[in-house]
Amino acid sequence: MMTTVTEQGRTLEKGFVGQSIPRKEDKRLVQGQGTFFDDVRRHGMGYVHFVRSPYAHAKIVSIDVSKALELEGVYGTITGDEVAIHTDPFFEMSVEPGGNIKDYALAVGRVRHMGEPVAAVCAATRELARDAAELIEVEYDELAVLVDAQEALKDEVVLHDDAGSNVVWSGVFDWGDVDAALAEADHVVKIDKLHFHRFSSTPLECAGALVEYDKGTGEWTLTCNHQMPGVGAIWMAPALRTGIDKLRFVTHDIGGGFGNKICLHPQYVVLCLMARKLGRPVQWTEWRTDQHTANAHGNERWFLDVEVGVMKDGTMTGFKVKALDDCGAFPRYEPLGCIIWAQVTPGMYGWRNIRVDFTQVCTNKSPVSPNRGYSRMQHLWLTERIIDIVAGELGLDPVEIRKKNYVKTEQMPYETPNGCVYDSGDYSAALDIALELIDAGSIEERRKDAAARGKLLGLGIGSTLDSGTNNFGQSTLLNPELQFSGNNEAASVKLDIFGEVVVTLGTVPQGQGHETTAAQVVADILGCSPDQVNVRRGHDTWFNSHAGFSGTYASQFAFTGLGAVKGAAELVRDEMIQLAAAVLQAPPEAIELSEGFARIKDGPPEAALPFMALGAIINANNAFLPPEFNPTLNHRYVCRPYFGMVDTEKKTGQLTLTYATQIHAAVVEIDPDTGEVDVVDYAAVDDCGVRINPQIVEGQVHGATAHALGAALHEDFVYDEDGTLLTANFYDYHVPHAMDMPPLKTGAMESPSPVAPLGAKGMGEGGGGGIHCICSAIQDALRPAGGAIVYDSCNPAHRVWSMLRNPESTRANVSVTSK
Amino acid sequence: MAEPVTSRTVSLEVNGEQLEYDVPTRRLLVHFLRDDLGLTGTHIGCDTGNCGACTVHVNGEAVKSCMLLAVQADGTKVSTVEGLAADGELTALQQAFNEHHALQCGYCTPGMLMSATALLARNPHPTEEDVRYALQGNICRCTGYVNIVDAVVATGGKG
Repeated sequence: MMTTVTEQGRTLEKGFVGQSIPRKEDKRLVQGQGTFFDDVRRHGMGYVHFVRSPYAHAKIVSIDVSKALELEGVYGTITGDEVAIHTDPFFEMSVEPGGNIKDYALAVGRVRHMGEPVAAVCAATRELARDAAELIEVEYDELAVLVDAQEALKDEVVLHDDAGSNVVWSGVFDWGDVDAALAEADHVVKIDKLHFHRFSSTPLECAGALVEYDKGTGEWTLTCNHQMPGVGAIWMAPALRTGIDKLRFVTHDIGGGFGNKICLHPQYVVLCLMARKLGRPVQWTEWRTDQHTANAHGNERWFLDVEVGVMKDGTMTGFKVKALDDCGAFPRYEPLGCIIWAQVTPGMYGWRNIRVDFTQVCTNKSPVSPNRGYSRMQHLWLTERIIDIVAGELGLDPVEIRKKNYVKTEQMPYETPNGCVYDSGDYSAALDIALELIDAGSIEERRKDAAARGKLLGLGIGSTLDSGTNNFGQSTLLNPELQFSGNNEAASVKLDIFGEVVVTLGTVPQGQGHETTAAQVVADILGCSPDQVNVRRGHDTWFNSHAGFSGTYASQFAFTGLGAVKGAAELVRDEMIQLAAAVLQAPPEAIELSEGFARIKDGPPEAALPFMALGAIINANNAFLPPEFNPTLNHRYVCRPYFGMVDTEKKTGQLTLTYATQIHAAVVEIDPDTGEVDVVDYAAVDDCGVRINPQIVEGQVHGATAHALGAALHEDFVYDEDGTLLTANFYDYHVPHAMDMPPLKTGAMESPSPVAPLGAKGMGEGGGGGIHCICSAIQDALRPAGGAIVYDSCNPAHRVWSMLRNPESTRANVSVTSK
Repeated sequence: MAEPVTSRTVSLEVNGEQLEYDVPTRRLLVHFLRDDLGLTGTHIGCDTGNCGACTVHVNGEAVKSCMLLAVQADGTKVSTVEGLAADGELTALQQAFNEHHALQCGYCTPGMLMSATALLARNPHPTEEDVRYALQGNICRCTGYVNIVDAVVATGGKG
């Protein structure tokens, strides 16, 4: 594995931060000693199974649970009617019409997508629960089905009568003067239609929870794998007509999330009702087929009527587009997707004039939720498609047009047309590293060699941003009434009696190595080894170390999560120094913390207190301390970044804080007889500022690349005209296996963020670079074979084969008007 | 007509311990291991036999325990991820997974380790291609397989 690193300076002295120390989490996980929610048992617990709709759209005529209840070992059932009595609909984020949608935990009166839960049954064993579910009789009356977003716009069939329209939200974002830019441009390139498809990262562990209800206190404890409990609780508590203090979320190890475990509140509310109704702990583990069918897809987006202004020298002046987002049957988190793309409005380019006319609609498909690269990935794919299509149509070099239009490193920090600030980076330098890694200089030679073997070879580039630490104030662009803004994350650090350093996080890691990286930061600040730092696993509301937006999402642990850890550790460090100064009778500035001791700098070896002594004094042996000196060695710190306010009129503001760069480059070979695409060379270059743990960063790059390659080449949630999902399991929905992955080369740069507490930017999402890059490479490979335009983000063999057979049909979508 | 048999007694060795158990005949081996024996290191990631998170050894061979009924394991020797470092000392492969950052969420890891352990037993010095071939029945959604393959190849190289 090749890693090229260019360092541009650091904001921290080199200690444990910056080292690839092996992860602390691994020891338990490699021995099968991790604890995932499904591993947790309670005495007398019941297993829940959901009865789901086989139809995409139907009225529920009747539900009869009597036969299920007669089965021995069945504890009880819940139907939509009970849900409608005992809960309120979840709050909707959007203004009207989407804001009028009524979304309950179970279908009430009507089902709107295949797999929608209509009833739940709880029984003594998993097998019995399934048996009982089959005995529940549901009578449906089928309704006309909508699977196409453009059809949905016609409102001939309407999913939600309360909304009266399939449109959830629409709005125009208009920055600069795009009409003037297009009028002044030497060329205007028009692209009629591009489609970003539906897929999801499909974490290997499905969703679920064990829910216990305490009748005496009215509190629920959810041992679960929700990756954003702060927001989950905001959804659930009002629906359950209770306070947020009555919901305790506990997570241990989580088997991947990727955003797909953010919208679990409907199922969790059913579990809460079931636990209360039955007076026993209840457990639900989602089946894989159910996850694919009815949990959370990534959002699907059409880009229509794109117009791009280009000057003779290749300078791009602006673009306009109509974006049509298909959020499936219920919008839930997804209205935010109407806004979040705006964090990366111009992509990596210097466009100053941009108009996006954005509309989101409901269809009879699975609801969507954030999925790695959430909403920005779709938009970045558009910008990269624009660049390659423009380059192809105008005969410009794809590398040169990128370099000409990239935001330059000397422009950093760079304010985009909509007020976001790109904090640091050198996009051209990163592209050069990527091109060198795949030996782009030899590409024409390799093209000839491939042609001699009957293959079409192409080179592609995907330049992408991973924007991190979002400002929830952007939700006011969606709905000015929403009372959200800013962001926050909490952590606590304490020194215990025997000198144990204990860290609790508000974040909810799912494999990102937070225990390790938090320990690295704390060890550097307190002067000890990461081995001495016990970072508690997972999230627990009762740790009291969380904040309103706690969770692991939106590429922000490096900023807010570690910012909170750093803040809490510094408070403890300062008190340890004061305490040691008092005990050793030295001025605080003479005290240093190192190797697990508080020492007098350059003092005699005996002038040193082990952490154990400091912890013991404060916690157990403190009578001699004067009353005015009251250190606790136990601190909670909230990292609350400053964003300023969002301007809802102009739709401008600081929507996020850090921008990690990823440039991907690939060489593909296509078999013209079959359309099979073989990725023969691949490089990903990441610049996330200071890398706390380079090995973990590289692991995230690998993972995001694998997701992107799967999405670009085969992962696709395909529906038939009846709204039946055709790819509902790992047979039909093919995720990359070890044999599918090409050799990956990685490169790294470090452009420290001037705004982040440690100079480190969030980078876990990756921005979908591989999707952009593979589309780019396929289009390049197809140039000598009819010059098809890659118009879809997913290009399995059959689609490539069609493009080879009928390139004209794709080319008809593109036209150029020149002065 | 005779009542259908809904449970049977199975006798098998699990991680070196001889056990006798009454199990429902329809119970999957993976549920028997997890729910009855509490060996929760073996995971479930799909319902179609594709993902390999449930891989264990039956008589030394890597098998997907969601594809067997518990009664089919009668008379066999089963070992699970919990049996790898039975004396508390990580195996060379487990150490290599840690050193090479071959796991992120850790959910596929037990299955990966069991498949790779079986590979190393029959082919102590596998090439990268051997490793990829042997692990193609195990899905990982976090790592892109890069570091997993490195860890297994490195373990073989050390052998």
